[in-house]
Amino acid sequence: MLIGIDMGGTHIDGVAVKDNKIIKTIKHQVDHTDLYRTILNAIYDLIADLNKTQISRVNLSTTISTNAIVENKTTAVDLILQKGPGINFEFPEIPAEVNYIDGYVDHRGKMVKDLNYQQLAALKKDLNKADDLQQDLNSQKKNLAVVTKFSTRNPEHEEAIAEYFAADYNQITQGHTLSGRLNFPRRVNTAYLNSAVYNIFQEFANNISAALREAEITAPIYILKADGGTIPLADAITCPVETILSGPAASFMGMSALFDNRLDSVLLDIGGTTTDIFFLVDGVPVFEPTGITIGQNKTLVRAIYSVSIGLGGDSCLSVENSSVNDSLAAEIKIGPERKGPPLLFGGATPTLTDAMSVLHKLDFDHLSTEQVVRAGQGITELAEQLALSAEDFAELVLKKAAQMIKNQVDCLLLQLNSQPVYTVREILADRQIKPAEVKVIGGPAKVLTEYLEQEFKLNVLLPEEFKVANAIGAALAQPTMELNLLADTGRKILIIPELNIYEKIGSRYSLAEGQKYILQCLNQAAKQLSDSELAAEIIEESSFNMIDGYSRGKNIRIKAQIKPGLSCKIEQG
Amino acid sequence: MQAKNKLGLVFFPAFDWAISPSHPEREERLLYTQDQLFEEGVQDIAGIEFYNPVPATAQDVQRVHFAVPDVKTRFSKSHMVSMGGAIEAFDLVFSGRAEKSFALVRPPGHHAQRVVYGDRGFCVGNIEAVGLEAMRAKYGDLRVAVIDTDCHHGDGTEDIYWNDPDTLFISFHQDGRTLYPGTGYIDDAGGPGAYGYTINIPLPPKTGEQGYLYVLDNVIMPILAEYKPDLIVNSAGQDNHYSDPITNMNFTAQGYAILNERLNPDVAILEGGYSIESALPYVNTGIILAMAGLDYSGVKEPDYDPNRLRQDPRITEYIKELSATVYERWQKREVLADKEYGRQKLVRKKRNIYYDTDGIMENQTQNFKVCPDCSGLNYIDSSSDWGSKIKGITIPRDACPNCQKEGYALYEKSGSGLTNVYLQDRVNDRYLAK
Repeated sequence: MLIGIDMGGTHIDGVAVKDNKIIKTIKHQVDHTDLYRTILNAIYDLIADLNKTQISRVNLSTTISTNAIVENKTTAVDLILQKGPGINFEFPEIPAEVNYIDGYVDHRGKMVKDLNYQQLAALKKDLNKADDLQQDLNSQKKNLAVVTKFSTRNPEHEEAIAEYFAADYNQITQGHTLSGRLNFPRRVNTAYLNSAVYNIFQEFANNISAALREAEITAPIYILKADGGTIPLADAITCPVETILSGPAASFMGMSALFDNRLDSVLLDIGGTTTDIFFLVDGVPVFEPTGITIGQNKTLVRAIYSVSIGLGGDSCLSVENSSVNDSLAAEIKIGPERKGPPLLFGGATPTLTDAMSVLHKLDFDHLSTEQVVRAGQGITELAEQLALSAEDFAELVLKKAAQMIKNQVDCLLLQLNSQPVYTVREILADRQIKPAEVKVIGGPAKVLTEYLEQEFKLNVLLPEEFKVANAIGAALAQPTMELNLLADTGRKILIIPELNIYEKIGSRYSLAEGQKYILQCLNQAAKQLSDSELAAEIIEESSFNMIDGYSRGKNIRIKAQIKPGLSCKIEQG
Repeated sequence: MQAKNKLGLVFFPAFDWAISPSHPEREERLLYTQDQLFEEGVQDIAGIEFYNPVPATAQDVQRVHFAVPDVKTRFSKSHMVSMGGAIEAFDLVFSGRAEKSFALVRPPGHHAQRVVYGDRGFCVGNIEAVGLEAMRAKYGDLRVAVIDTDCHHGDGTEDIYWNDPDTLFISFHQDGRTLYPGTGYIDDAGGPGAYGYTINIPLPPKTGEQGYLYVLDNVIMPILAEYKPDLIVNSAGQDNHYSDPITNMNFTAQGYAILNERLNPDVAILEGGYSIESALPYVNTGIILAMAGLDYSGVKEPDYDPNRLRQDPRITEYIKELSATVYERWQKREVLADKEYGRQKLVRKKRNIYYDTDGIMENQTQNFKVCPDCSGLNYIDSSSDWGSKIKGITIPRDACPNCQKEGYALYEKSGSGLTNVYLQDRVNDRYLAK
């Protein structure tokens, strides 16, 4: 039995899955003053009448790290950066003191300029002095993020700095351990956030494992990541930044569990305030090209590509420029804001849901006549401004909502289809994402299906069960991992930054050896991540002839991953 | 970080194209530039966007070249993509998607001349000319200045715009007596329809920041101020760099950035530059920041040492005199034109052209008709030691009705004894071959 919990902004959903079937679901309100208690109560409620010994895994999609960042409840962090010659970076988005130090490693990982230990000693003194002043306020040591330019090519400086400051800090994040991708400013942001949420996540992790032990749940606990995969709780403690913004990934994975995934498709999660848009290509999600953005912080955290627009069941309706009545539909405005619940449920402003009610398209059981009348009145008032009947107006509203979604999808496809490519082969292949169907979940989804079909001119599919798709996604998600290998036979060095591998190779090292090695590393890592078989695959590979003066060599680059996958599909009906 | 100028980058390193595995034009060439741009997070700077090339069409090529025997045979897919990258860079600016653009594409193009039998100087298609002429076909007449900042004389671009008064071509380069292709002297100044609008500034080996910027400030900028182009194009070779393996100059990443800030080109197109590890990552980053209007002061080669690169005072003196001469010739261009061509009705230019990369020898005569009403019909008689014998006729964009008629008549009657005859009708954007 698999347990999945997904905590969102307002609700926390839970699901228990056994033999491809959902056997129990729960939905609670989130208590923002106590997220930990919220999660614990949801788990207790979910397993109350289930056999605990049958639980084989607990997967949690939490907003612990996300909320800490968004609400600024993070730990104080010092930053030590080595930026070398290049752009004069400033990091206004990071609320920490940034300390720059000398030294430089170049793009090949060659040590150009070594660390200046006198400078480090002075810095150590300064940082400790600053800390002493704060000692009375907070006796705890700060955390440290260390990032050097091209540390994914040669981590020696990051390692040396971390070692030098080891005794002065509670925790230290080294940039290269979080991602093998190049992007210094993102690496700085990612390392900063990792240290910033470290304490709060560690506390959560310790509490939750203790509580589950107490509740006699011995199954392993995993945390959902934004890329649709999971990470064991113990591993998440060292890289808590990986756990941010996992909500959309939970929805995506849930939808994958409910649908057939053979055709390329657009996935829509239409909720109360927003619609989340995703794309599925070749059976896997489209990913963010470099990493996810949280607030002002652009990171290297791998994530499923998702875009949210302000359109949902609670989106308020209004009529603009009602004096002109040439193009009627153009004057109806839906969202982007939510001004409270629908009239139907006691709100003050007409919403998309109220328009649905006017057309008798809602199948809520317990609506009173009074509620329906109130929704009808609100819509009629708006319709009168356009000299329309309430029904005609409501039709236009639903058509417009579908149009808005279609327009946004087109716009995103245009961007996704113009992602840079770097080979003649790719230019000529001109691989374009052309969705063949639309998959949709969420409260307003059922009513909008026919309108979406008209706009997209594609099949629009709706699953029978979707109320806790996000929790289903959380329950079924499996571990993921990305590794980047670079072998430089000129320097006779091989590096896989994510695994902290930095070792010597021979001058005849080949692409084939690299492929074998990275898969071996990935498979070995996979065994530690999960009992089930996870498929490792190579997603990019290249080998360049290098000529450096009179010496020759090969520059071999391989990217491999364990892609997001599901433990099982959900049988419906 | 927000770019002051909205900059479009067509970054296309062609990681699957090389002239040969160990050739300077090999897959690795822009690898470290890509590493540097990625590590600097250039793609995250607001106002800098990346774009892909859209492959060029045969017509795009025919506007500029007589491809022998035809475009399809002569130009590989890689070349079509690279030229398409240059077209996209121009189009970004013309369509308003960007204020400025920089095409970092391979293969390069500035040694490709009007007639193309093969590859010379690593170039087959003249990427900036193909891009520029696509714009003229789409958006109409334009007055353009092409500044060739590659260390090698831009002999291909010079050949293409030799007789075009609406395209000012300025090339500064290492003196042809010391470097390929061995041309680009001061008195090579253009055909009878555009004398003075080709400007060559041959610089002595070991010229450094001081010398390049002196030429920029004292020759190029004043001439541009007088010429008042609608568009400035930087044919941006990066082989003036002190670490370049096939040239002998002392220019730097800082120098390139300053040059681009002052020159303020609308479009830059990467040409040569083969110090792929020590120069290109920094020079390209510098140019991108300068074009975007961002602070580039931190962009320096790790081994940058201004003292070591200080220019010899004798070079400084030489460049001062050279600059004065070049500028004086620009001011006196009408008098000099009269001296050069006098009252000739037909100007002939005979040359042997060697295609070093492909080992082809071409024997060529260009014939420029001197016309009072336009820049004049012109045609090329050319043969190669691979057995071709061709005639290429060009009706220029500004051709008068007479020259147009004459061009078609010449095309009609030519053919006997030739392997190929081509007609470029630039007025109607029409291209014939037989």
